[in-house]
Amino acid sequence: MLFIEAWQFIVAHPGRFADALTTHVALSAAALGLAIAMAVPVGVLLADNRRATLLAITAANVGRTLPSLAVLALVMPLLGTGFAPALFALTLLALPPILINTCTALRQVDADLVDAARGMGMTRAQVMREVELPVAMPVIFAGIRTASVQVVSGAVLAAYIGGGGLGDFITAGIAMMALPQLLVGAIPATLLAIGADRLFGLLQKVLTPVGMRAT
Amino acid sequence: MIEIRGLVKQYPGAAHPAVDHLTLAVPEGCVCVLIGPSGCGKTTTMRMINRLVEPDAGSISVGGRDVLHVDPVSLRRSIGYVIQQVGLFPHWTIADNVATVPKLLGWDEGRIAARVDELLELVGMEPATFRSRFPRELSGGQKQRVGVARALAADPPVMLMDEPFAALDPISRGRLQDEFLRILRSLRKTIVFVTHDIDEALKLGDRIAILRDGALVQYAAPEAILARPADAFVESFVGTDRALKRLGLIQVEAALEATGPVAPSLSIAAHANLRDALARMLEGGVDSLAVTGANGALLGVLTMSGLRRHTRTRDAADDQ
Repeated sequence: MLFIEAWQFIVAHPGRFADALTTHVALSAAALGLAIAMAVPVGVLLADNRRATLLAITAANVGRTLPSLAVLALVMPLLGTGFAPALFALTLLALPPILINTCTALRQVDADLVDAARGMGMTRAQVMREVELPVAMPVIFAGIRTASVQVVSGAVLAAYIGGGGLGDFITAGIAMMALPQLLVGAIPATLLAIGADRLFGLLQKVLTPVGMRAT
Repeated sequence: MIEIRGLVKQYPGAAHPAVDHLTLAVPEGCVCVLIGPSGCGKTTTMRMINRLVEPDAGSISVGGRDVLHVDPVSLRRSIGYVIQQVGLFPHWTIADNVATVPKLLGWDEGRIAARVDELLELVGMEPATFRSRFPRELSGGQKQRVGVARALAADPPVMLMDEPFAALDPISRGRLQDEFLRILRSLRKTIVFVTHDIDEALKLGDRIAILRDGALVQYAAPEAILARPADAFVESFVGTDRALKRLGLIQVEAALEATGPVAPSLSIAAHANLRDALARMLEGGVDSLAVTGANGALLGVLTMSGLRRHTRTRDAADDQ
């Protein structure tokens, strides 16, 4: 049985498995965190400039069409191999969905809300913090959720540029035609991706303001 | 209270200025209705008072303060603002929405909570029921009540209202207009009210400013506008039924006569208007109505000839 053999492999190499899993999670989490820290502020800064917002959305859409493997392959000649180039590539991968959703969400905030907020004497920053961002939050989080799945599954490919993670087992498994070892990488990676989707789905629900939740 | 002098606003790319050398003074405690066809500059004029739109030329002073030389953010906190779409914040409770400006002004929590309850009472919404609800749980009329409460929160001396009742159904609109009048009389606010509905203007305005192409065509009390339209434009704008509209502005009380030997069979309340009285006479096929006071007591009668004589006297007075 393949699954039993895969399990036996993990039991036989607990250290290697734990290392790969930790690297995978760390790589994904760091890439997602960096992408959020960049894309959300950029979306906020562009909010008052319609043309720049549209430009950012278009650029992000182009970025989105690049295959994950191509991004990793493009990074290697520039930054070499290892954890850092993998992190860089995965961050690039996570940026478009978060940037697109942040820009779109802020653009879709009802103009009357902004007019009322300004008319009552909120400063530009207060309008953003108190009204626009909270109202846009569910859509921004939907972008983060999409990015999280892409990053966790994209991290499997980090093995190709020496980034480590669960992808190591998969590449080795393919190279040696060792199916059990391939599953040691593939199954946990899949579970991680599903887990990330669930986790951010839950966060999205929790962070949606009470007054705006679907009844 | 509000003085507008030589106000000009030209939007980039527009052929004509949206507001063209407009001069207008609104006395303290007065409801000034800005009205005119769409594109006449009424909303632009209103939005320049709290500087949501920056004028190109001219001056505006509110309570003696030159609006164009103060910080727009603190200016706006001192002026109530109500818009047609209400713009309640969906992620805040009704109480939080009403508390918007007091929170910006840094009031302490106890004072804010007490003020919120007071205002919800004022606009006819039971605080215990509505305080912690969210905007989406309210009807259109309830939302605009909260909108008005929110604008009144920090007790601003001046309020700007941009077609606040236009999106409501006729029944809620009428009811809100009546309540709004009641609230206004108790608070004595200076109000600039934008509408495109002449009946609303006649009902709510102490003074009506009729605008066309960014310029003031006529600025007078509702009575005077109906009696002496400044030109053909105003005349057509107020409508061919202006004689009836004038009757709508006069209370039955004003045309009261002593009761004859036989009291008429149909009656009308003293605080009703002459237009409704006329309608009742036509409906009932009678020439006179019994006029009753608040407790149902007979105060006198209103006759068709009295009604006619009354309006004619007013015409004569107007012509002088």
